[in-house]
Amino acid sequence: MLEALKERVNADAALVRRGRYLTTTFLMEIGEMPWLISIFEGRIVSVARGPFVMPSSSFALRSSEAEWQKFFSAHPPPGSNDLMALIRRRVLKAEGDLKVFMAHLRYFKEALAKLRPIGGSA
Amino acid sequence: MSARFEPIIGRYMHLDLFGKPHRLYVEEAGQGTPLLCLHTAGSDGRQYRALMNEKRITSRYRVIAFDMPWHGKSSPPAGWHNEEYQLTSAQYTTMVLSVMTALELDRPVLIGCSIGGRIALHLALEHPQAFRAIIGLQAGAHIDPYYDVNFLHRPDIHGGEVCAAIVSGLVGPDAPEKERWETLWHYMQGGPGVFKGDLYFYKIDGDIRSRVADIDTGRCPLFLLSGEYDYSCTPEETLGVARRIPGCEATIMKGLGHFPMSENPGEFLKYLLPVLERIAATSADAAAARP
Repeated sequence: MLEALKERVNADAALVRRGRYLTTTFLMEIGEMPWLISIFEGRIVSVARGPFVMPSSSFALRSSEAEWQKFFSAHPPPGSNDLMALIRRRVLKAEGDLKVFMAHLRYFKEALAKLRPIGGSA
Repeated sequence: MSARFEPIIGRYMHLDLFGKPHRLYVEEAGQGTPLLCLHTAGSDGRQYRALMNEKRITSRYRVIAFDMPWHGKSSPPAGWHNEEYQLTSAQYTTMVLSVMTALELDRPVLIGCSIGGRIALHLALEHPQAFRAIIGLQAGAHIDPYYDVNFLHRPDIHGGEVCAAIVSGLVGPDAPEKERWETLWHYMQGGPGVFKGDLYFYKIDGDIRSRVADIDTGRCPLFLLSGEYDYSCTPEETLGVARRIPGCEATIMKGLGHFPMSENPGEFLKYLLPVLERIAATSADAAAARP
């Protein structure tokens, strides 16, 4: 589900520039499946699919597969159009060192929105 | 391309509020029934720029928006550098009524969005005689905290960046890019801790759940307009408030979010103009009925 992230983020020069002070590895759970995404100075360097034995990450974003599918759809319905909307509905858990997530919130929102079909909502 | 001026006039008003001198920035455009506009938390009166440029409104209404203290071009009061800003219901009420008195507004129509929509409910309950009608945008009685607001004001996170990023998803998906990013720019320009201080009213002090059913729309008509994509004040919350207030009319605005007047003025006007039309007609009836 997240394989395209690296290519799509790295192709957006403005997004990479906004992330130039961001170097981290964070974890996403799509239902039961964990993914580790590593970022170096705004560029995605790897997107690895689990399962993992001992994954290390700065923070984690965890939600069900159904919720992520709605979020990643071309025109997400109200309540599914934004990471904070999912958090508001208590269906997305953001855990760990959230300072990294919040300091670069625009980057993370825009990076994950890249997984929507081309031509969908930002 | 030649230069062009908008019809908006801005002035600075000196006014004592809460026992302290304040310097407030006030903008207005148009002539007629006063229409007093209250901006959202962490933003300023520029959110109403489209209303002030809309001839269908300014031909009948004197549209006025002021930047709250600490916001936009209004200054915080002297001594602010050692204070933590926190907006309370009492202060907000005093502020709105004081500005009305200072500008000699005779029973204006009030329109407020988000925290402005919340205080609109307070004013509808406590000061209905002071208003011709009240329009609450994204107005709810209460919101449960859903994120840690301390992230909005700490030196190791850029306040402007995080405030705009927090609210960016509250803009509806169909908003024109220009208006979407203008709306977010206002958030990026907010002073340190101001958005957070406003949220003290929005999330804690301004809770009006227990009293909202006492609003008497016979004394002051109340209209609620809420955007479909607002997950801060959700359509369900607005409809829930409307169900508890006899005579209150609520409309959910398709495709719009939390900042209708600023994020997508063209769509918003389709909902606002009929409400203003009805208020004008009702006011005319009431005037004709007076002996």
